[in-house]
Amino acid sequence: MAKTETKATSLERHGLTDEQLRQMFRNMLMQRQLDNRGFQLNRQGKVPFALGSEGHEALQAGAAMAFHRGKDILAPYYRDLGLALGIGLTPYEILLSLFARAADHNGGRQFPNHYSSKAAGLMSFSSILAAHIPHAVGAAYAIKYRKETERAVLVTCGDGTTSEGEWHESMNFAAIHKLPLVMLVENNEWAISTPLDKQMAQPEIWKRAAGYGMPGKRFNGFDPIATYGAVNEALERARSGGGPTLLEGTCYRYLAHSTDDNDMTYRTKEEVTEHRKDDPVPQFERSLLDARVMSIADVDAMKKDVLRETNDATDRAEAMPYPAASDLYTHLYEGAWQPWQ
Amino acid sequence: MAVTTSSKVLNNVEAVRETLYEAMKADDRTIILGEDVGNRGNVFLITKDFINEFGPERVIDTPIAEASIVGIAVGMAMEGLRPIAEIQFADFIYPAFNQIVGEAAKTRYRSNGEYTCPLVIRTPYGGGVRGALSHSVSIEALFYHVPGLKIVAPAFPADVKGLLNAAIDDPDPVLFLEHKKTYRLIKGEVPEGHYTIPLGKANVVKEGTQLTVVSYGLYVHWALEAAQQLQSEGLSVEVVDLRSIRPMDKATILSSVEKTRKLLIIHEDNKFGGIGAEISAMVAEEALFHLDAPIRRHCAPDVPAMGYALPLEEEYMSSPAEMAQAMREMVKF
Ligand SMILES: Cc1ncc(C[n+]2csc(CCOP(=O)(O)OP(=O)(O)O)c2C)c(N)n1
Ligand SMILES: [Mg+2]
Repeated sequence: MAKTETKATSLERHGLTDEQLRQMFRNMLMQRQLDNRGFQLNRQGKVPFALGSEGHEALQAGAAMAFHRGKDILAPYYRDLGLALGIGLTPYEILLSLFARAADHNGGRQFPNHYSSKAAGLMSFSSILAAHIPHAVGAAYAIKYRKETERAVLVTCGDGTTSEGEWHESMNFAAIHKLPLVMLVENNEWAISTPLDKQMAQPEIWKRAAGYGMPGKRFNGFDPIATYGAVNEALERARSGGGPTLLEGTCYRYLAHSTDDNDMTYRTKEEVTEHRKDDPVPQFERSLLDARVMSIADVDAMKKDVLRETNDATDRAEAMPYPAASDLYTHLYEGAWQPWQ
Repeated sequence: MAVTTSSKVLNNVEAVRETLYEAMKADDRTIILGEDVGNRGNVFLITKDFINEFGPERVIDTPIAEASIVGIAVGMAMEGLRPIAEIQFADFIYPAFNQIVGEAAKTRYRSNGEYTCPLVIRTPYGGGVRGALSHSVSIEALFYHVPGLKIVAPAFPADVKGLLNAAIDDPDPVLFLEHKKTYRLIKGEVPEGHYTIPLGKANVVKEGTQLTVVSYGLYVHWALEAAQQLQSEGLSVEVVDLRSIRPMDKATILSSVEKTRKLLIIHEDNKFGGIGAEISAMVAEEALFHLDAPIRRHCAPDVPAMGYALPLEEEYMSSPAEMAQAMREMVKF
């Protein structure tokens, strides 16, 4: 990548360097490329299921940039490809999970997008919505209890998931104990086919923070830098003993919920097209070009590189073996165990 | 079992209390959380004064929110603490079903061993205490279907301590069921110091030759009383205290049944889909030709729970006399 000027930028930076801005952009490009790849592989009949985060790229790239690797804990949900990549998971790891290969963190047991990596501080989670939020609270409790300063937990979920009881219980407990936790809601206006107004009467999720006695904030999740600013501020507060924050990033889900969903049965093409005008990926590209953080040649080179890495990771992952049938019987309990027969 | 030098007489509530106290003393990763476990020290006073000694960070009075009591404990366990979560009464565990079945039981499995969930969930269960519909239920059958969980239901104070220690030491989630009628009713010698009884091992609490009775919890005591009655009538009944429901001690059940050639399963929980259903099926599969009589299950009637009014509770619960009658019929079959 060519060296670029750092000076003439119109961007509000929140202290981010050019290199960090480029990393965020690369993460966004990679998200889109990998989403694309998942849907392609599904259409080719190579994977039974894929799910994309298209529309969440900026939010996730920005939030991941605020995460301190080796310190913080991430408790994400299934639409967090960009967060997983941004805290250190590789496209190869993502594809291993897509192909359900033995070398996947979950050994091919879980759906794709159910990231898990103890090494990266990414907590394992199930498909059960909101069930991971109390886990994040428990992890934050452990951090506080052990007096580990400079650590916090970033937990995410969709707008629909905020209707679950465990979401409420978790916010309440985190606030009571002033835990080092940031609850980041990725509000994409839809929960499969259910729009926000059938999920809640008061549509500004961040305002619930006041009810729990914690700070709340809403930001434009199409802007990676604004996202970084909000998440960084909240994580810093959490790390330094200031307690939890409820953040709401607004974004949009461009794709159907998953490869098993047809969104044209419940929303219009016009609605999607309207939101496409604000697509965060080309928008951020323009900002970086305008601010001369990247040149057109830089951007082209980066896109090529992202495609190359995706192709490479696809080939490598596809070539890996499935788990053996006998792997069904491992890791139920520690040590040897006698299955009931 | 570790070497222990002496013992003392405790009831079941004191056995739980002593074990929890020693666990808190031994390991500062141990955290107790639940409703009213701190200021009041649990509704049965099991953790009375713990909060003064160990502090509110380790003895957490939680909001009334069972799903997150367990869910937060799961998160603590995933991140290196050793939580002991309490559900105030087993009847209130339903909101936490998702966390127990969907999360705790599957944490290790779904992450291919990367994350684990060393968690104990304690809860008082069972009836005969005028607890009515919602302070007397048995919940074991709702959970024993679930691989990934371990379930313990001890009857004697020494087993309470040994099994609770084993549950606390165990690297996987354990549901620890304490029969609340036995809390103060049942006393026994309890060894001093730390010792464990392996999870998944039943105990033959009375030897006999003409009938095997398998039970757990309060009904072990009543079955023993009934078996003594039969002894005085010249009939010989063996009583197996299951102690652990999952893993289940197949070997002890089978060897007893192969000796006595008859099996009666007694439990307080409903018959349909209860623990006895699995035991009967297992024995039918593995030892049918050793049997001299059909397997029988003496369990609660097929109604949701015991009523508050005394006749309703008594009708739901069995009694040593009813158990003795079922045993007589089996022996004489
Ligand atoms: C407890 C539970 N209920 C229902 C589902 C089915 N489900 C999966 S995703 C989803 C929608 C979630 O919407 P939202 O939280 O807004 O996240 P998004 O998919 O929009 O990112 C539903 C209903 C589930 N997985 N778990
Ligand atoms: Mg949504």
